[in-house]
Amino acid sequence: MARLAGVLFDGIAYGSLLFLVSVGLSVTMGLMNFVNLAHGAFAMLGGYVAVLAMQRAGIPFLAALPLAFAAAALAGWVLERLLYRRLYRASHLDQVLFSIGLTFMAMAGATWLFGPGQQPVELPDFLRGQVRLGGLEVGAYRLFLIGVVIVVTLALGWLVARTRFGAQVRAAVDNQQAARGLGIPVDRVFSLTFALGSGLAGLGGGLGIDVLGLDPAFPLKYMVYFLLVVAVGGAGTLRGPLLAALVLGVADVAGKYYVPQVGAFIIYAMMVLLLVLFPAGLYGRRA
Amino acid sequence: MKAPTPAEARPMPPDAAPAPVACGLPDGRWHPAEIAFWLLPVAVFFLLPDYLILGSQVLIAGLFALSLDLILGYAGIVSLGHAAFFGLGAYTAGLLAAHGWGEPLSGLVAGAAVAALAGWLSSALVVRGGDLTRLMVTLGIGLMLFEAANKAAPLTGGVDGLSGVSMDRLLGLFAFDLAGRTAYVYSLVATFAGFLLLRRVTCSPFGLSLRGMRENPRRMPALGADVPRRLAAAYTLAAALAGVAGALLAQTTQFVGLDVLGFPRSAELLVMLVIGGTGRLYGALVGAALYMVAQDVLAGLDPVYWQFWIGLLLVVLVLFARGGVTGALAAWVQRVRARP
Repeated sequence: MARLAGVLFDGIAYGSLLFLVSVGLSVTMGLMNFVNLAHGAFAMLGGYVAVLAMQRAGIPFLAALPLAFAAAALAGWVLERLLYRRLYRASHLDQVLFSIGLTFMAMAGATWLFGPGQQPVELPDFLRGQVRLGGLEVGAYRLFLIGVVIVVTLALGWLVARTRFGAQVRAAVDNQQAARGLGIPVDRVFSLTFALGSGLAGLGGGLGIDVLGLDPAFPLKYMVYFLLVVAVGGAGTLRGPLLAALVLGVADVAGKYYVPQVGAFIIYAMMVLLLVLFPAGLYGRRA
Repeated sequence: MKAPTPAEARPMPPDAAPAPVACGLPDGRWHPAEIAFWLLPVAVFFLLPDYLILGSQVLIAGLFALSLDLILGYAGIVSLGHAAFFGLGAYTAGLLAAHGWGEPLSGLVAGAAVAALAGWLSSALVVRGGDLTRLMVTLGIGLMLFEAANKAAPLTGGVDGLSGVSMDRLLGLFAFDLAGRTAYVYSLVATFAGFLLLRRVTCSPFGLSLRGMRENPRRMPALGADVPRRLAAAYTLAAALAGVAGALLAQTTQFVGLDVLGFPRSAELLVMLVIGGTGRLYGALVGAALYMVAQDVLAGLDPVYWQFWIGLLLVVLVLFARGGVTGALAAWVQRVRARP
């Protein structure tokens, strides 16, 4: 029983990390209808920035995370302005090819700069080891992870539901043309949203070094997971991807724990099954 | 499959699509340039005997790219997991040969049959849903097969690859030699046969209806085309051809590595097709040749740089040169013709 609870807890921690990285992808897909396979590259960028900040500049872990967010957000903003913007109206094939190209370049660049190996991360003392939580021994870092994601999710929910910017985003998702007609600066909303999504991915990449690892193959290795969260959860919402990420995280951890010989098979089978059962996502995706 | 009447299957206006080879309803006539194109690989056999091994790799990649062109360039299905069928064909032919059935042609047929069956089964999942769902489902099926082959190491050899593949003489006459002469001719004939089939299919009313579905998936049902069934048929055919390509690779190299099923192979294939230009058949062949030769020439460089340049090339192609090499060529020919 305790073991089951442990697996559940690890799965939830893993799932919330997946949510943090994927939520930006969900928004860009919902808002701009852009299939961005390079989303993992922004997470990788965040991870490397965090590692660099800690190793070279001696910045503590907690202070390195905002840097990861800022770097990825900046990269996202610049790329959106320069490149992504030109392809909003292009076919999905073009978008896929373009973002695969970006992913390849990011992976080659990371190998060139940092070498092909895994990057280590020094966690501060209070995040190491185990903590007792209601009679259950859980990893302190995973608890911290869940806490961060809860805070970020609440903040995002507030941003989307309560602020003027959130209203503009929702209007642009629902009907871009009408939103434009009402004077909403849709282009600027796009840029900001893209930057925010990339920044969250970067934050997730920095937070996830200890859980997901960090090497140049990162964007391809986890691409499926990020896409899956969005495809199953439905693009353009917060609740859908959150639910999908949690389900996915628990299933993946449980699968690896209970039937390790099947390996990653379980997650791919689940993905196909879920897509067939819910072609429009768990919460229904807008076209 | 019920064929639409010619009037229903009128080709789309030229500005709507990457203009296809001028191909109305089937007349099957060959343009002199096409004949010249196919004389090239024949000339390579006689003029460049040292490059036949590379040559057969190029031809196999060409056949593989052709099969993707049918579903991507014509039917408009974006697939990220086409290597699944290539790998199935390769493992089928490889396993047959490793367990004593070394006859090449029947191995080829078996590879095609297994891949076609898998294609038909998975087509039910692929043809439904939008681009994103298709993308994910094809990707998922590809990754699942990769994992399955990886875990079934006693059967497939896992990461070490399947060795012990030994082939009988082709037609009982020609042994597979080290210089790759038999392999080259074998691959050339198989690729040409696949090309002929696809050329016929894409110029048929069925092929035109595929193009119609790509251009306007809502209108085709209104015209009386059973869209899911036609897409499933195209997908199955493409899977079978990819299986042939995989079987060819297994037989000519007498080895099957796990990478035949990997995602990089599917991505590579997309790159080839895009370099050459989609929806023209010849684009697939040209792209495969350019890609494979460039990779061979640049193999001395670090593979990391290769990946970087491929990435850059993709970005540039998408932003500035949508039609690929053959698209640029066709635009140039059109401009020359338009000149008074």
